[in-house]
Amino acid sequence: MLSRVADSLYWMSRYLERAEHTARVINVHLDLMLEHGTDSDDRIWARMLRALGIESGDEPSQRPLSYVLAHSVIHDPASPSSIVACVMAARENARQVREQISSEMWEQLNRLFHEVKRARPEEVWKSREFLAAIKEGSHLFQGITDSTMTHAAGWQFIQVGRSLERAVMVSMLVAVHFDEFRQSPEASAADYLEWIGLLRSCTAFESYCKAYTADLQPVRVAEFLVLHPNFPHSIRFSTDALERALKEIGAEVPERRSSRVERIAGRMRATLGFGQIDEIMSGGLHSYLETVRRQCGQVHGALYQTYITYPIEAALGA
Amino acid sequence: MASTATGHTLPAPFQRYELDDAHDEMIASSGSVRPQYEHLYRALQDLPQDELHRRQQVADLSFLHQGITFTVYGRDEGTERIFPNDLLPRILTNEEWARIERGLTQRITALNLFLKDLYHEGRILNDGIVPREIVYSCKHFRRQMRGLHVRKDAYVTVVGSDLIRMPSGEFVVLEDNLRVPSGVSYMLASREVMKRIFPDLFRKCGVQPIEHYAQALLATLRALAPQGSTEPTIALLTPGVYNSAYFEHAFLARQMGIELVEGRDLVVHDNFVYMRTTAGLRRVDVIYRRIDDDFIDPLAFRSDSSLGVPGLFNAYRAGNVSMANALGTGVADDKAIYAYVPAIIRYYLGEDPVLNNVETYLMSDPLHRQHVLSALEKYVVKAVGESGGYGMLIGPQSTAGEREEFRRRVEADPRNYIAQPTIRLSRAPCIIDGQVQPRHVDLRPYILFGEKITIVPGGLTRVALKKGSLVVNSSQGGGSKDTWVLY
Repeated sequence: MLSRVADSLYWMSRYLERAEHTARVINVHLDLMLEHGTDSDDRIWARMLRALGIESGDEPSQRPLSYVLAHSVIHDPASPSSIVACVMAARENARQVREQISSEMWEQLNRLFHEVKRARPEEVWKSREFLAAIKEGSHLFQGITDSTMTHAAGWQFIQVGRSLERAVMVSMLVAVHFDEFRQSPEASAADYLEWIGLLRSCTAFESYCKAYTADLQPVRVAEFLVLHPNFPHSIRFSTDALERALKEIGAEVPERRSSRVERIAGRMRATLGFGQIDEIMSGGLHSYLETVRRQCGQVHGALYQTYITYPIEAALGA
Repeated sequence: MASTATGHTLPAPFQRYELDDAHDEMIASSGSVRPQYEHLYRALQDLPQDELHRRQQVADLSFLHQGITFTVYGRDEGTERIFPNDLLPRILTNEEWARIERGLTQRITALNLFLKDLYHEGRILNDGIVPREIVYSCKHFRRQMRGLHVRKDAYVTVVGSDLIRMPSGEFVVLEDNLRVPSGVSYMLASREVMKRIFPDLFRKCGVQPIEHYAQALLATLRALAPQGSTEPTIALLTPGVYNSAYFEHAFLARQMGIELVEGRDLVVHDNFVYMRTTAGLRRVDVIYRRIDDDFIDPLAFRSDSSLGVPGLFNAYRAGNVSMANALGTGVADDKAIYAYVPAIIRYYLGEDPVLNNVETYLMSDPLHRQHVLSALEKYVVKAVGESGGYGMLIGPQSTAGEREEFRRRVEADPRNYIAQPTIRLSRAPCIIDGQVQPRHVDLRPYILFGEKITIVPGGLTRVALKKGSLVVNSSQGGGSKDTWVLY
């Protein structure tokens, strides 16, 4: 397939995953604010922005801060990390390769785009339905993609985009949360809500309870979100999926070309696959997750060098 | 009170079907319905009013869902628009079509010979048939094409000629579109919709098929492959998603099963063209290009083009890649050259043209200019290098100010303008506000020139949906209808 097409599919998928993740995280944090009372709003918003990797230039004293922030992360098309901007970018990427995806996929993404455009920035508490619609829309799109598109290289690039984005986003979220709450070995009553919030931000609360009961222990939460082999929002699950998709893509090209990106992805998969949570915790979760994100960045770079922006001399020599 | 020329009143839904001096496709001057329209005429009377409305809605929805759109330039929001489609077919008899087919075959053959001659010996210039200065002053003449061998001498591979019908009923050629003609996807898509909307009528009438167009185009392109490539890779080169005809590019690429590429997907190395794929570089043999000459290679033509492929022209010159249409074909559809096409046909083929031209006055000729400028309100004045209904004056519908403006422009740059008498295009029945009313139409058949000449029977009938309007271009409020050529 054309490199440009692969590039568009990859970004379409990344942007949509980011929009969905952001919507879920905001939704959970709005719940937390309800519980904590208004004076902790700013603190919660600031933490949430860090977890989403958004640099906030705003002075914390600016009021009403939450409105400004909510607007910028939800509705502001000019702020590149906002949900609206992500959905628009996903749709624009899809539009560029409209003939390569199924009409059902295009129609669903287009519908989501129009829904997002219609929504008017209002009071942040009225955004709940909007946030739910984003999550649903993204889930629907994934289902349609799986059942209407040939699972060939193009589909694999979509998987790569989603897995990579998810691994990065979840690792940031977990890192920020543990930075703030790692002190307490046992969850206090107030902290309990925060730990539920973390799990719910990854749709993991119910699955966690099934695995470990509702007894929330930080180490187990970390293990669940970082190392669980079968839970679809764990980092390990994403890196497994990432490596699998890259192998499928690589199967169609001369081995020498694809080996580097597969090696990096394989190393990352092995790090997570053979990781022990107690070792990770004693070595520092924060720096461990940083390494994961750095490796994700390397995969992205190698992916580009191998499939998308490779120098023509290298390709001609093959 | 609606009536025919002879005073008969027509039944519903034709009460508002008014005739005038333009040729009417459905009603003969005697007031009787032409035989080819009999079935349609009767079917429309039998349909309940709301059924007509319902079918139009079904058709509109189908276009919407397929995303059959075009882009209007100069507007920010909602630039993607649905191409308006009228439900009633425009019907031609086999005899009418046979003449059109013969005429177009003759014309395209002659124009290809003309282009080859222009870019090689220039016999026609030496013999004084076509004035040298008109050719060399044409902005679409490409001196880079001089002496370059074009595969199979197929300069113009895909043509969309605009035909109109005079009040006498005779078809004449208004324009030859020899660069990158568009619209064929609308022809194919509207046929698909029509077969679903009027299945009975379609069967009863006996309509010649057009569905083989994509296959014929593919075969034509394949025949152009450079020598030695047995399984040629063919790609359609599009300016990209923001181009007004992007829908068509994507549609044709999908129909033919070829790759849809943008300039940035292609690279040239050692005079070979490759496309950048995830599995590495893949050689490209034939390019069906939908980008104008000017933008195709920043090294050879406009250096500010970011749509094209640097080095493409050298690969083309080296014979390692074929392009359809060839570069430099625009010189032959310059509106001043157009005036010489009948002479060109006689010169190369020794035959009289089957299809005539519209009478054309060259503004570079002082006598013609004086004649036209003295009665501008009677003429249509066109800039020679423009298309799409841009840059023209329609005398009878113009204001004194506009005429003054054009007079100044013509006098400042006479070579750039031609004039033609205002012609009442023929009219065909359309559904307007739930009633059947006549509107002016033209006809754009698509001609493929490769190993042989293929013209799918029919083409795109464009219609000026505004009452009385003579402008059929989609960018100027025109629509389209399906064209049925009967057996």
